Amino acid sequence: MNLSQVTRRRIAIFRASRRGYWSLWIFLVLFGTSLFGEFIANDRPLLIRYNGEWYVPVLKDYSGDAFGPDFLPTDADYTDPELRHAIDAKGWMIWPLLPYHYDTTVKDLNVPSPAPPSRHDPLGTDDQARDVLARVIYGFRLSVLFGFTLTALTSIVGVIAGALQGFYGGLTDLLGQRFIEIWSGMPELYLLIILGSLITPGFWVLLIFLLLFRWMNLTGVVRAEFLRGRNLEYVRAARALGVSDITVMWRHILPNAMVATLTFVPFLLSGSVTLLSTLDFLGFGLPPGSPSLGELVAQAKSNLQAPWLGITAFFVLGGVLTLLIFIGEAVRDAFDPRRLPNA
Amino acid sequence: MSLLEVNDLTVAFGARRVVDNVSFTLDRGETLALVGESGSGKSLTALSLLQLLPRGGSNPAGTIRLDGEEMIGASSSTLHKARGDLAGIVFQEPMTSLNPLHRIGRQVAEAITLHRQLSRTALLEEVIGVLNEAGFADAAHRLDAFPHQLSGGQRQRVMIAMALANDPALLIADEPTTALDVTIQSRILALLARLKADRGLALLLITHDLRIVRRYADHVCVMKDGAIVEAGPVASVFARPEHPYTRMLLGAVPRGTPSPLAPDAPELLRIESAKVHFPIRRGILRRVISVVRAVDDVSLTVRAGETVGLVGESGSGKTTLALAALRLEPIQGRVVFAGQDVVRLGRVAMRALRARMQIVFQDPFGSLSPRMAVGDIVAEGLGVHEPRLKRVERDRRVIEALGEVGLPADMMQRYPHEFSGGQRQRIAIARVIVLKPALVVLDEPTSALDMSVQAQIIALLRDLRERHGLAYLFISHDLKVVRALAHRVVVLREGKVVEAGTADEIFNAPREEYTRSLMQAAFDLD
Repeated sequence: MNLSQVTRRRIAIFRASRRGYWSLWIFLVLFGTSLFGEFIANDRPLLIRYNGEWYVPVLKDYSGDAFGPDFLPTDADYTDPELRHAIDAKGWMIWPLLPYHYDTTVKDLNVPSPAPPSRHDPLGTDDQARDVLARVIYGFRLSVLFGFTLTALTSIVGVIAGALQGFYGGLTDLLGQRFIEIWSGMPELYLLIILGSLITPGFWVLLIFLLLFRWMNLTGVVRAEFLRGRNLEYVRAARALGVSDITVMWRHILPNAMVATLTFVPFLLSGSVTLLSTLDFLGFGLPPGSPSLGELVAQAKSNLQAPWLGITAFFVLGGVLTLLIFIGEAVRDAFDPRRLPNA
Repeated sequence: MSLLEVNDLTVAFGARRVVDNVSFTLDRGETLALVGESGSGKSLTALSLLQLLPRGGSNPAGTIRLDGEEMIGASSSTLHKARGDLAGIVFQEPMTSLNPLHRIGRQVAEAITLHRQLSRTALLEEVIGVLNEAGFADAAHRLDAFPHQLSGGQRQRVMIAMALANDPALLIADEPTTALDVTIQSRILALLARLKADRGLALLLITHDLRIVRRYADHVCVMKDGAIVEAGPVASVFARPEHPYTRMLLGAVPRGTPSPLAPDAPELLRIESAKVHFPIRRGILRRVISVVRAVDDVSLTVRAGETVGLVGESGSGKTTLALAALRLEPIQGRVVFAGQDVVRLGRVAMRALRARMQIVFQDPFGSLSPRMAVGDIVAEGLGVHEPRLKRVERDRRVIEALGEVGLPADMMQRYPHEFSGGQRQRIAIARVIVLKPALVVLDEPTSALDMSVQAQIIALLRDLRERHGLAYLFISHDLKVVRALAHRVVVLREGKVVEAGTADEIFNAPREEYTRSLMQAAFDLD
C-alpha cells in the first residue's frame, strides 16, 4: 500500500500502544459479530429441510401453511411447539446458538420473570420474559450503529461549519460564532420531551433531532485550524496561483484540520453511545420494545431483586465505553507529533 | 585545565548518530565559534553541554568537562548548578524563549532565585543591574513589560540578562542574532563582545554567518554533517582554509550584478500611491480607534525584465506591499499590471491574470503543502489556468519546469519532506515558472537558506530571468543579495518610501541616513 511516512509512523505508534491496539481488535470482532446478530440470536431457524425442500427462514419469510394445512397462512411462528413438531416429523431444522430474537417472549419459563440465568437464558430474562443476552447483542449493535451515524453526520456538518467560519473569518465568523452560542443554549432535553409527546421518535427522527444540537462539537477545533491554516504560506501560494476557495479548503487546509478531527472522533463516538443510553434510560429515546442498553439499565433500576440485569447492563455499557476510550487514547497518541514510536 | 573540555562527544537519536566525535576546549576570556550549515549538529553539540538535548537524544560516547566536572550522566544537583550558575545560554528566537505570560522583571528574577536567596530589595536591585548591563534601556521602569511589548532586540537583551544573572563563567549563544534585523544584529554582537571583555567570559558562539565569526571569534570549529572538519584560530582558518568545505563556505558569497536591462523595456507593473491600512477596533461597537499604516502612499514601477529590490527592516511593510499588489491583501490606490487595473478587476479576470503574476515565499518548508507529491504541487497552477491540458502534456510541462530549476524528473512522485531547503525552494520556483509568468514577486527567497545554497538560488534566479525575460520584485533585508540581483532599489521604512533609485545610486551614494545605516550593517561587518 502506498502510505506516506507520516501515516506509517502513526500506525506504528498506534500498534505500539498495546491497550488501544487490542481494544480496537476486540471492538471490531464484537461489532462484526453483532452485525450478524440474526444468525446468532433469532427466533427463526437458520435452515429447514422439510418434505424434501430447503427453507431459509432467517433470510426469507414463509407463511405457516407451507408446513402443513394445520397452520394459518400468515407468517410462520417457529416458536410454536406444534409447528416444530410438524417440521421435525417430515425433516429437520438448524437453530441459531440462541433461539430468541430481541423481542421474543420466552414461553416455557418455570419462574416468574425476570428469570435468573439458566441453561437456556445465559443472562436471564427481563421483566417481560425476553432473553437478556439476545437483547444485549441487538442493543450493542444498535447503540454502536447509532453512535457511528450520529458521529459521522455531526462531524461532517461541524467540519463544514468550522471550515467556512475559519476560512472566511470576519462577519461570517462573527455571525456563526454568535449563532452557535445561542443555539447551544437551547434546552435539548425539554425539546426532546416535547417532540416525544407529539410523535414517537424512531431511529432516524431521533438521529436528525440530535444532529441539530450536536454538530457544534467539532466546529471550534476545525475553525481554529482553518484560521491558522489560511495564513500558511502554501495556502497563500495556492491562492496566488488562482486556485478556487473550495479547492484550497479541501486540498490544502482540510488535511491539517483532519488530524484534530480524527483525534476527537472516538470520544465523540463514546459520547453518542452514552447519549443514546441516557435517553433510553429516561424513556425519551427509541420507541418502546427496541433493543436498548439504556432500557436495560432502566429495568435493572426497577427490578433490584434481579441483579443479573444491573450487572449485565454495567459490564456491557462499561465495556463498550472503556474499549472506545482506549482506542481513542491510542489514536490521540498516534496523532501527537511529539511522540516517538519507541517511546 | 580549560574551563570547558569536550572530548569525542557523540549525539545520537536512536541508532542515528547526528554528532560524531567532536572535541574542543574553551578558556575564560576566549570566544570559540561553531560554524556550519543547518543540520551540521552545531546546536545539538551546544545543547549537550548542559544536557538539554530534546527528547530521544542521548550522548552515547564522549566526555564534557565543565570547570572540571563531568556533565554526561551528572546528578540533577550538579546539572542544576551548571545550568545558569556556571553557564548561561541564549537562544536564537527571543520571542519563543521568553514566557509570553510573565513580566520580564519576574523572568529575570526567577533566573536569580533559582540559584541564590536574596531579599526583595536586593533582588530588585540585582535584576535592574543585570538588565542595565545587558544594555536594556530604562530597565527600572520597564520591569512590568510583557515580552510582546518589546522589540526583538530588547527581548534578546532580556535573554542575555537572564543568562548573565548569576555571573556564569561560560555563555553559550546559539545563533543569537539570526532572528534580528541587520542594524540590531551588530549592536547585540557588540554587547556580547563587551561583556566577554568586562567579565572575562568564555563565549561559545554558534552561527552560520562567517562574517560574525571573522569579526568576533578567536577560534573557530567548522562543522559538517556532525563532525568538525577544520578547527583553529580564526585568522589562520580564514586566511588559509584547508578543508574544501571551508573553502566552499568562504567562497559562497553572492557576487556580481545583473545583466543590463533593454533600454526600451515596457512598463509591466505600476503601483500608484498604494495604501494598506489595518484598522484597530475596540469595544462592543467595534469602533475604529486607530489605524496601522502598514503601507502608506507608496508608488513604484517595474519594467518587463527588470529586477526591483524592495529593501527594509522587518515591519517596514515590504511583504504587505507585495501581497497587496497581487491582491492577496486589500489595498487602496492603483495597481496597473500589463495595462489592467488589478484593484478593480472582477474575479474571473483576476484569476486569469494570476498566471502572469506569481510569488515565491520565504520559507521553503512552509510554502509547499506537505501532503502533496512534488509533481502535483508544480502542476496545481496548470490545473487552474489550463484545465484542458491533457495529462501527458501536463506532465511534460512539469518535467520541463523541474528541469529549468535543475531538478530531475523522477522527483515528481516524492513528497516535500524528502528534500532539503534549497531543493524545496527550487520546487517553489518551478511551481511558479511552469505558468510562464511575466512578473514574479520574490519574498525573501534566500533568507531561510544556508549561505552556499543561497548563492546557487541567486544564480538560478539570474539565469531564469535572462532566459525568460522575467521581471522580479525582489524583497529582502539582505543588501548583499539585492546588490547581486537588482537594477533598481526602493528602500522602505514604516510603510513609506525612504529612498528610491538605481542600484548604483543607492549602493554607491546613499542619500538618507537610514539607507546608510542599513548599508553599514550589511557590508561593514567584513
